[in-house]
Amino acid sequence: MSSNNLDQLYRRVIMDHYKTPRNKGTIEDNSVNIEMNNPTCGDRIHLTLQVEDGIVKDAKFDGEGCSISMASASMMTQAVKGQEIDTALKLSGIFSDMMLGKDYDDSIDLGDIEALQGVSQFPARIKCATLAWKAMEKGVQNEEKS
Amino acid sequence: MINQEIKSYFPILNQEINGHPLVYLDSAATSQKPVQVIEALSNYYELDNSNVHRGVHTLGNRATEKYEGAREKVRKFINANSTEETIFLRGTTTAINLVAQSYGRANVDEGDEIVITYMEHHSNIIPWQQLAKERGAILKYVELEKDGTISLEQVRAAVTERTKIVSMVYVSNVLGTMNPVKEVAQIAHENGAVMVVDGAQAAPHLKIDVQQLDCDFFAFSGHKMCGPTGIGVLYGKKELLNNMEPVEFGGEMIDFVGLYDSTWKELPWKFEGGTPIIAGAVGLGAAIDFLNEIGLNEIEKHEHQMAAYAMEKMSSIEGLEIYGPADPQQRAGIVTFNLNDVHPHDVATVLDMSGIAVRAGHHCAQPLMKWLEVTATARASFYLYNGESDVDRLVEGLRSAKEYFNDVF
Repeated sequence: MSSNNLDQLYRRVIMDHYKTPRNKGTIEDNSVNIEMNNPTCGDRIHLTLQVEDGIVKDAKFDGEGCSISMASASMMTQAVKGQEIDTALKLSGIFSDMMLGKDYDDSIDLGDIEALQGVSQFPARIKCATLAWKAMEKGVQNEEKS
Repeated sequence: MINQEIKSYFPILNQEINGHPLVYLDSAATSQKPVQVIEALSNYYELDNSNVHRGVHTLGNRATEKYEGAREKVRKFINANSTEETIFLRGTTTAINLVAQSYGRANVDEGDEIVITYMEHHSNIIPWQQLAKERGAILKYVELEKDGTISLEQVRAAVTERTKIVSMVYVSNVLGTMNPVKEVAQIAHENGAVMVVDGAQAAPHLKIDVQQLDCDFFAFSGHKMCGPTGIGVLYGKKELLNNMEPVEFGGEMIDFVGLYDSTWKELPWKFEGGTPIIAGAVGLGAAIDFLNEIGLNEIEKHEHQMAAYAMEKMSSIEGLEIYGPADPQQRAGIVTFNLNDVHPHDVATVLDMSGIAVRAGHHCAQPLMKWLEVTATARASFYLYNGESDVDRLVEGLRSAKEYFNDVF
């Protein structure tokens, strides 16, 4: 097997997030609820966000999916928690660029998220990685409108 | 005879994927095409291309002969009574939608029932959901047995005198189950309902005889049986088709057009509005010739053997669960499985890195996934060009995947 290529995709930190997801669960009160799925493969995420004064105070997720989608969800909640909405959206844009293999803004420390860079080499798996971010975008945009 | 030589007819299989010889195990999604079909398509475009049924010129005649010649091949292939009963359409989905929109709208009223099963592909669920909503009809599901088969008792329990349509898949695209559609058709008829058969996974793999099945409609696609994409067939009994209205209107399907009223051509053309799928039909005809040369009975036997061999070898992998009937004789060459703790997408990616193509996901059968209590599965599907060495490569790949995810992390 070409395990070198696979190692590009399945970094240790990704598998760590998959096996020990951060922020797993749901926020019960006053939260923004977003349910999103990937209709072609059955991945599903239920994201709850607590947004106050333009800041994502808390983020939790639940769902089912492959290692990439679940690890990405775990990393996303970790990254946006405590951030201003604008920053969260900016991170989402950077992540999207990263997935598309474009040059991305590296002025912000991406932490664990950087490990997902290898996904861009696997076109069939990009949607897995972006699902949680899409859910987050939808959530904060709904919150901004209301 | 099924042997190694068959593989050589499929140019696409002779390549490396990610540094390994390709093992294609996704034929249930779409089959590969033999050189005979590819050449039939290019010959048609290089020598005969023209529009059909209208030319006084030579090319027009040639194209028409080829198109209608393909229809006769289809008729023989499924043993229909007449070519009036074989309509060329885009594929199984379009065919089932035609039945729902034409026959269904005219015959299903409020409170009537449509009966399908938990095993259906989305294309044999949603057309009926939409019809039921529109007509105020009731959509009923036949429960499955624990082993993923259909029992006639359950069918009898579901089908009543209010049932107008029973629609069932012949071979499940997920479980591989071969369903007793002939017996189900009988139950449907006893209750005054028509029987629709989704034959998408059956036509490529077993001898079809629509008269023997006594089904009222039978739908299948060319691309799963070595033919091109974009061509499929709806078989319907002549007396039913005669009383059905077209759902697409325009060129090709008309007889006389007035300012405010028009009349339709006779069967089968009244259902083939617009320039038909000429090259597709020619390609499908070539695919039928190819399959006939090998023999559908041979292909079916080969698939049972492949399923048996794959199930035996795959069962030796600890933590691997196979869904559907345990008896390989009860299934076509489709083996759907999960490797514990490794998500099917991850399995498919690891296999792809070894040059092995399998499908991962819900296989367009979300209700069935729910019944299996899984969100996704991996599926290996075999066809006439696969051999035991492909299964061996798969098993080796699955062992590596298991090792990779369980030991490395």
